[in-house]
Amino acid sequence: MSSELTRQDDVTIRFAGDSGDGMQLTGTQFTETTAKVGNDLATFPDYPSEIRAPAGTRAGVSGYQIHFSSRDIYTPGDAPSVLVAMNPAALITNYKDLQPGGIILVNTGAFTEKDLQKAELDVNPLTDGTLSGFRVIEEDINQRTIEALEGTSLGKKDVLRCKNFYTLGMMYWLFSRPIEPTLEWLNVKFAKKPELADANIRALKAGYNYAELLRLFQGRYEVPKVEDVAPGFYRNVMGNQALAIGLAAGAEMANLKVFLGSYPITPATDILQYMSLMKNYDVITCQMEDEIAGVCTAIGASFAGRLGMTTTSGPGLALKTEAIGLAVITELPLVIVDVQRAGPSTGLPTKVEQADLLQSMFGRNSEAPLPVLSCATPADAFDCAVEACRIATQYMTPVILLSDNYIANGAEPWKLPDMDKLEHFPVEFVTDPEGFSPYNRDAKLARGWAKPGTPGLAHRIGGLEKDSKTGNVSHDPDNHQVMVDLRLAKVNGVADTISIPPLNGPDSGDLLVVAWGSSYGAARAAVERMQKEGVTATHMHMRHLRPFPHGLADIFRKFKRIVVPELNMGQLAYVLQAEYPEFRFEKYNKVKGKPFQARELKAHFEKLLEEKS
Amino acid sequence: MSDVQQLKGKDFKSNQEVRWCPGCGDYSIISSVQSILAELGRDKDNVVMVSGIGCSSRFPYYMGTYGFHGIHGRANAIATGVKVANPDLDTWVITGDGDGLSIGGNHMIHSLRRNVNLKIILFNNEIYGLTKGQYSPTTPQGQKTKTSPFGSVDAPFNPLQLALGAGATFAARTLDVRPKHMKAVLKAAAEHNGAAFVEVWQNCVIFNDGAFKHWSEKKVRDDQTVDLVAGQPMIFGAEKEKGLRSEGCQIQVVSADEASIWDPTVESPGPGFLMSQLDKDPSMPRPFGVFRQVEAPTLDDLVHDQISEVTDKLGEGSLKDLIYTPDSWEVK
Ligand code: SF4
Repeated sequence: MSSELTRQDDVTIRFAGDSGDGMQLTGTQFTETTAKVGNDLATFPDYPSEIRAPAGTRAGVSGYQIHFSSRDIYTPGDAPSVLVAMNPAALITNYKDLQPGGIILVNTGAFTEKDLQKAELDVNPLTDGTLSGFRVIEEDINQRTIEALEGTSLGKKDVLRCKNFYTLGMMYWLFSRPIEPTLEWLNVKFAKKPELADANIRALKAGYNYAELLRLFQGRYEVPKVEDVAPGFYRNVMGNQALAIGLAAGAEMANLKVFLGSYPITPATDILQYMSLMKNYDVITCQMEDEIAGVCTAIGASFAGRLGMTTTSGPGLALKTEAIGLAVITELPLVIVDVQRAGPSTGLPTKVEQADLLQSMFGRNSEAPLPVLSCATPADAFDCAVEACRIATQYMTPVILLSDNYIANGAEPWKLPDMDKLEHFPVEFVTDPEGFSPYNRDAKLARGWAKPGTPGLAHRIGGLEKDSKTGNVSHDPDNHQVMVDLRLAKVNGVADTISIPPLNGPDSGDLLVVAWGSSYGAARAAVERMQKEGVTATHMHMRHLRPFPHGLADIFRKFKRIVVPELNMGQLAYVLQAEYPEFRFEKYNKVKGKPFQARELKAHFEKLLEEKS
Repeated sequence: MSDVQQLKGKDFKSNQEVRWCPGCGDYSIISSVQSILAELGRDKDNVVMVSGIGCSSRFPYYMGTYGFHGIHGRANAIATGVKVANPDLDTWVITGDGDGLSIGGNHMIHSLRRNVNLKIILFNNEIYGLTKGQYSPTTPQGQKTKTSPFGSVDAPFNPLQLALGAGATFAARTLDVRPKHMKAVLKAAAEHNGAAFVEVWQNCVIFNDGAFKHWSEKKVRDDQTVDLVAGQPMIFGAEKEKGLRSEGCQIQVVSADEASIWDPTVESPGPGFLMSQLDKDPSMPRPFGVFRQVEAPTLDDLVHDQISEVTDKLGEGSLKDLIYTPDSWEVK
């Protein structure tokens, strides 16, 4: 039976269900397959902080959004065109985000009186007109899955757990995706439990066939692959994964071995998990007793000649503060990754925010400057991690690399770097005792790195101020001024080796949008949509946040208005305003635990332009 | 080492002027460490001294070895990083009762639990010296200090019990006024393969002078202390006429010929714990020496063994393997 095939260039699907329904898995499988089809994509998982919030409740809803396209895209999509709702709570908390006329696939098998009660619903939204204006497809996916798995040895509970693969099968059919990549994945995943592999495969195929046979969706879509994609190798990565790979690569490019001292914290834990798999790359990972021990072991390891790293999130960064100051004064390389989450305190640990910028820049006692940079997207996390390693080792300094929840768990295709073109930055340890002093500096003001065990170079460093020449403890007032100045000048000097950010749009005009971190995608998409509509606006992404690259003032000068959208109350704008008082930086802020949408930024930018005229 | 000349204690000194108060117990500790390192033929370019904050923590600056003066309480964590990063380094932790048991208590117990191959010397003077005389986690209850003008109400830690409870594979106690004893204990610690915890009773002449005089002064020492020597009977007294006998969980004072033989190498931390419990009984002598000494794999070895094992199994990874995984695809 054939169905009408409609071409679509841009689709956003949201899978929503109870935390126990396996929606994250469904979403990731759909993503992996879609990457292989050759679409560009961006994803946004959104899940509760409780591992198992009470089943069926609104608090327990877990969502996974994927935006895929036959063009280049920058965000996981504003409004989904398809919503998969596995229970009433998932439906009621998500349907409002859907595009008008969007498709809703509802699992009616979870719509009993009791299910409605758990979702705090007095009436069934399927029958009271709530969903008018959408194309609702009701299907008892529970029952269909039970039928599909008739005769299996699995108990009813295990059978029902396969319903996410049944649903995935339906979605594969609807968007003309091959099922083979998931079949392969299931066979590997459940190699030791063939009955589970078999059950999930049967569910997946049954869902696919059912959608085809019953023409559930009145048609079928095709999202062709991106045609003008640059040649090369690609793989699909999540932000935390790309960061882990980048940290290992960065160390290797510095000709060093990794030492990661860390402590589990959402949403940074995955980096520690990924890196603990890298044993055959001689990567050492130590899961320490607390955040402070994580950073302190990394500092000790750097002193001993490995590249010390520590990964954390905002509250953990706060705990590491004093030790980071120690790395500043001992001038040891150290890479600190902060995967930001919404705060203060524990805040909303699974939600996104970009509010640790000022903490990163200034959150230490006394004058303790260090370079700060941020990643824009999951794939960009690789480049930024390498860059953090470069700065840390070339300048003998701790570096803070900011990521966030949205990048950490989001995924996109990553164009793999050409191995021959990677610019290595090998570290040369000091070995010559002639004229040695621990604070001898090179032209970049970086001090020499002498590893313990090197004959004739025994020396002592530590938290007390040192004489700029001998490296001995010094309480001399003038020397302290000299050392504070040197440390600052060294960090500022990083600007000599970073380039001015490229502009997306004309280099002068009415509006410059300055974004950083994960706001990159929405800001760029908003500006490009405006440009397509003939409105001139320019987007600039700031990877380096301290020091700023040289030449920013020349860019700022050419725009009438400058706006800085941030998921905080105006932190980058605050710093830019202090650094460039001759310009006015307008804030646009949101702290709802959610990323910016391109359409909301576009609306705001358009308003700014109207105000002006 | 063969082409290296045998070093003397003074070769382990740095060129920095030592700034402890005259008469401070720290002097005898540093000279003991310097002389045992020389006696053991250790290479000063291979020794790393890591400390936290406090009077004792200035120690690395006075040593001619590699040194790292950390932040308050974190010496054990920093040293763990040094040792795991490069297990060949002879790594020492210098800490005090405030640094190692109060602010750094967490790192102390975890480095002992993990059996990191560190030599940890805890200078116990039962007071905060560098901040000028506040009570510490080992100050006896009732003692008047700057922050306990009416007597401390805090119950103190027994450092040995903390170490044994955390699984220390080596735990010992010695005191500053007995350099010979101290050297023997430090040597045993230096040669132990694993975390070695050594509590040194150290007199702070300025803020807590005489804290240990009931056990350290020559005229009372023989009667008030007992040396635990592996394989030897536990005897004490001016004439070596008394002994300790352990029966079950009880320790009794008996005549020397009835004394039990001390064995710190039994797997159970029980005997060491029992001996440390004597501190609570004023009628009993205070034990010194090695309370526990057992073999166990060290964290630093385990980490590197695991890396070798996985590398043997999977082959050494290259940068390219890391990036170009089998799930990547090519666009032509
Ligand atoms: S204050 Fe006490 S512990 Fe500190 S150096 Fe002086 S005597 Fe020694």
